[in-house]
Amino acid sequence: MKIFAASALLICGAYFIQAFMPAQQQYDVKAAMARGKKVYDKICIVCHQPDGSGVPRMNPPLIKTKVTLGPKPKLVQILVKGFNEEVEINGEYYSNPMPAQPQLTNQEIADVLTYVRRSFGNKASYVTLAEVKAIRAKLK
Amino acid sequence: MIKLFSSFILIIAAAFSACAGDPVHSAPGDIKLPAGFKAIVVADKLGNARHIVVNSNGDVYVKLERLKDGKGIIRLRDTNGDGVADEKFGFGNFGGTGIAIKNGYLYASSDDQVYRYKFNDKNEIENPDKPEIIITGLVNKRQHSSKSIALDNNGFIYVNIGAPSNACQETDRTAGSKGQMPCPILETAGGIWQFRADKLNQSYAEGVRYATGLRNVVGLDWNTSVNELFVMQHGRDQLSQLYPDNYSNEQNAEVPAEEFFIVKKGMDFGWPYCYYDPIQKKKLLAPEYGGDGKTEGLCGTKEKPLYAFPAHWAPNALLFYTGNQFAAKYKNGAFIAFHGSWNRAPLEQAGFNVVFLPMKEGKPSGDYEIFADDFVGGKENLSPSKSKHRPCGLAMGTDGSMYISDDQGGTVWKIIYTGEK
Repeated sequence: MKIFAASALLICGAYFIQAFMPAQQQYDVKAAMARGKKVYDKICIVCHQPDGSGVPRMNPPLIKTKVTLGPKPKLVQILVKGFNEEVEINGEYYSNPMPAQPQLTNQEIADVLTYVRRSFGNKASYVTLAEVKAIRAKLK
Repeated sequence: MIKLFSSFILIIAAAFSACAGDPVHSAPGDIKLPAGFKAIVVADKLGNARHIVVNSNGDVYVKLERLKDGKGIIRLRDTNGDGVADEKFGFGNFGGTGIAIKNGYLYASSDDQVYRYKFNDKNEIENPDKPEIIITGLVNKRQHSSKSIALDNNGFIYVNIGAPSNACQETDRTAGSKGQMPCPILETAGGIWQFRADKLNQSYAEGVRYATGLRNVVGLDWNTSVNELFVMQHGRDQLSQLYPDNYSNEQNAEVPAEEFFIVKKGMDFGWPYCYYDPIQKKKLLAPEYGGDGKTEGLCGTKEKPLYAFPAHWAPNALLFYTGNQFAAKYKNGAFIAFHGSWNRAPLEQAGFNVVFLPMKEGKPSGDYEIFADDFVGGKENLSPSKSKHRPCGLAMGTDGSMYISDDQGGTVWKIIYTGEK
């Protein structure tokens, strides 16, 4: 009986911790940032530059722009489908197309978006694998 | 003793650099120029100052890429002869790059049209709000859309129509996407078109594709000493990023060259099928068309550069110096303003400068030297947006001074020679 109660408590306790622990602690941001930097350095760095500052009037910056810090579905869509429209970003227009990167896995997209949203002075929320999965499923 | 020794070293170093003729600062914070030259800031904070031209009365006209206070052309006037503009007058409701003066008209371009304004007998623009449209309906798909212009002495105007593409892939700048064969872009872009300088509302039907296979030209000039057009091409980007199996990042930083060409009617310079490797000194087949960094393929018959400049420096202006103020070696030689690279990343950026290439009878007669430098304004050069200035336009004044424009800080400098000849 005692044993039963103790194990019940243990199970409940474990369940309680899992249910109420903030997601922040489950998500290893540091590891995601490190993986994201690898993707960035391979694919993004040439156009957007090592410091995310882009190229004036050619490739948009990623520093504190409304796109970079904005809704995640748009960011996932830009990565998966590419982007080639005349839009204003923080008061300027940019001429070069953003090529689609459909070869990226959901994990890579989550990592690189987390890296971009939390680097170069940006302090936006990270992007999880589950979020990318859900957004990408709707894109197809 | 150590102090004495180090000052001695400093003196030796200073003397050596002066002897070597390297650019020096004429004042702290200035751009660097060769000894005897001086830079005067004509104006600054003008906006994206692209190409510039100087009228016979000394007025400087600056074409802005983006409208500033609703104006796309700025006239700078120096009323007291100290080189600094005392009066600024803005007009023109279109952004763009090209500007030129010929036979009593100021020509200026947007990204799809070319306009002209008539000067009156007092050298003032007769009707700044109502230019004539000379050329209209040119391809403008944002990428490589600036329309640079040059005029000859036979009534023709030459317009660069840049290709809205990197290498004519089915999907632009995308790894694994093949090059289109033949490249359909070449029908309306990727070359130099020739139009009449005095006929209104011309488009492709009235123009002639003068030369093809030029990816994008921003700097071009009519060379009056040999009566031919010369251009500087912006070479292709992203060899290592799109084809990492064939090119390393280090190779991509040096290949392909920025090519200097003489352009005669009917010539084909090879884009998008070919690029110039300055190390192998060959036109090679582009990887989008099956190239591997060694194969020449169909590129043997394409025009070769007169001179190969370092990769990705982005030549934005070309000027043949015909004045008498500078020393004799500069006469009929080429000044080239390099905007500075972005495609060398992840390696350090380079080429934010103005170089001089000596020429004789329309051919390079030596190697280039850096004429004006230190536009970046610091030692580190990690990204073009951090550069203080980016050289973009060149022009010569009637007194033989040279003007340099900058589309980042919006500065225009007047370069004068004050030393011995």
